[in-house]
Amino acid sequence: MRFLSALAAVLLALVAAACGGSSDEVGGGDNTAAASSETTSKLSLVAYAVPKVGFDKVIPLFNQTPEGKGVSFSQSYGASGDQSRKVEAGLETDVVNFSVEPDITRLVKAGLVDEDWNANEHKGIPFGSVVTIVTRKGNPKNIKTWDDLLKPGIEVVTPNPFSSGSAKWNLLAPYAEKSNGGQNPEAGLAYLEKLIGEHIKVQPKSGREATETFLQGTGDVLLSYENEAIFAERNGEEIEHHNPDVTFKIENPVAVLNNSKNAEKAQAFVDFLYTPEGQRGWAEAGFRPVDPNVAKEFAADFPEPKKLWTVDDLGGWDKVNAELFEPETGSVAKIYEEATS
Amino acid sequence: MAALALPKRRAASGGAGPLGLGIATLWLSIIVLLPLAAVLAKSLEGGVGGLVDAITAPSARAALLITVGVSAVVALINVFTGTLIAWVLVRDDFRGKSLVNAIIDLPFALPTIVASIVLLSLYGPRSPIGLDLYATKPALVIALAFVTLPFVVRSVQPVLMEVDREAEEAAASLGAGGWTTFRRIILPSLYPALLGGAGLAFARAVGEFGSVVLIGGGIPRETEVASQYIAKQIETDRPASAAAVSVALLAISFAVLFALRYATSRRER
Repeated sequence: MRFLSALAAVLLALVAAACGGSSDEVGGGDNTAAASSETTSKLSLVAYAVPKVGFDKVIPLFNQTPEGKGVSFSQSYGASGDQSRKVEAGLETDVVNFSVEPDITRLVKAGLVDEDWNANEHKGIPFGSVVTIVTRKGNPKNIKTWDDLLKPGIEVVTPNPFSSGSAKWNLLAPYAEKSNGGQNPEAGLAYLEKLIGEHIKVQPKSGREATETFLQGTGDVLLSYENEAIFAERNGEEIEHHNPDVTFKIENPVAVLNNSKNAEKAQAFVDFLYTPEGQRGWAEAGFRPVDPNVAKEFAADFPEPKKLWTVDDLGGWDKVNAELFEPETGSVAKIYEEATS
Repeated sequence: MAALALPKRRAASGGAGPLGLGIATLWLSIIVLLPLAAVLAKSLEGGVGGLVDAITAPSARAALLITVGVSAVVALINVFTGTLIAWVLVRDDFRGKSLVNAIIDLPFALPTIVASIVLLSLYGPRSPIGLDLYATKPALVIALAFVTLPFVVRSVQPVLMEVDREAEEAAASLGAGGWTTFRRIILPSLYPALLGGAGLAFARAVGEFGSVVLIGGGIPRETEVASQYIAKQIETDRPASAAAVSVALLAISFAVLFALRYATSRRER
């Protein structure tokens, strides 16, 4: 009997451990292959949910450079806002990559990232994408424009803007079009009110989770990063994506933490992201490069939309975040609150 | 064995001693009571009004109702299937019985997220048997029935083994049919175990997360259970609301366990 209860205790402990380890953030994806050289240093990367495919390409490229030799990585991916709050709360890391700038601004305010993090020529943005409309293969409901999303009965999958950066981009795209770049906020908000109130049912927490939800069979349309759509298509999923004529430029910032124990290597890694090799890596993974020369090489993969709004057109992130997404006071936050509370 | 040899009175009054009692209390406090107090304090940050508002927000209330409803259904299903399985394991002899007996505990040992993946591959959109239950309430019921399977079986089984076969035979010889014998002779002695098992299954189902997270779909007001709602509130930076719903869940679980204990002890008396 005593043996049995001991066994039960061990089993319980195992279950507890296994449950603890099975949270959906992919932690500790160690790149141990590179750790064999004599000088090994380890960088910790905390990123939003979807760029894993990109880092999977870029990290090995970095390891081939003199600076990157022997640098191993531990990586964590999750909803952008959630990840940012974890770092703010004390999660130790060296490099952060979020979907939206306010998630880095939060760390600047907390004193964890230097104020001049975006002082380089690309403003701290090594890669980006555009907001795209993803449908089932063959586009059975014929959805191509922002107005098509409001057709009766269309169910749209987009993540929760309070945790996800992707969700913010997805909402900003039609908002920018309908409000003519923020000139007419009422029109933009009227569109979002209809979209959120009548067409969005599920609230996945990250862009990645939204894709999974859509692939499982929920919804008619997925709003997402173009790179995420490309990734899913390359994986042979039964979907296709259309960039609307008018859409939004997604800019995903990267920064080094000022309390990094490995600041030199961390900076070297971030610098590498902007080199032609690094940029090609991102482009191959489906992300739009920021280096104009590399962008030219991949022009065929990334068609220019007729009109591409940017967050600067809307007055920059500080303004957009305060007016639209600030919990309880932002207009979009209020619409969401009303529709989903 | 040594304990049996001791005089009965000493065995009853001679507990673990002050040290044992101290350690037990300390352990319970660190592991259970203090964290519970902390979450209660957190939920009351916005005052009692804030707590009530957070729990009665439409999607929070829906999540709680769905959780309780589905858990009750699951507990009820368990009472029937669990008793049946225990019956088969105790009274019938067949090849591979010990294997079946071991499999009963598998849901205990399996990480619950694995259960979700397993169920998703069988009852999901790409179901090989053409049965797509993804993001429906039946999917929740199946997932929760899976993880709570052992509770009723394991609490009924030992009681069933102890049931007085002679009383059954006597009943049969007096002309009672199989169903009457079960109802009049066996069921009364099973009640406490059944209630206990069902209560545990219910309490476990109420708090379950891993097994429903994939197959359930988490659609607010449809299949989103309370634990998913809590996780969502944390992820969207609303810790007070998460704490409030946690307290509601705790209260429900505690009330059910307490009520069942009370009912069981009254029956036993």
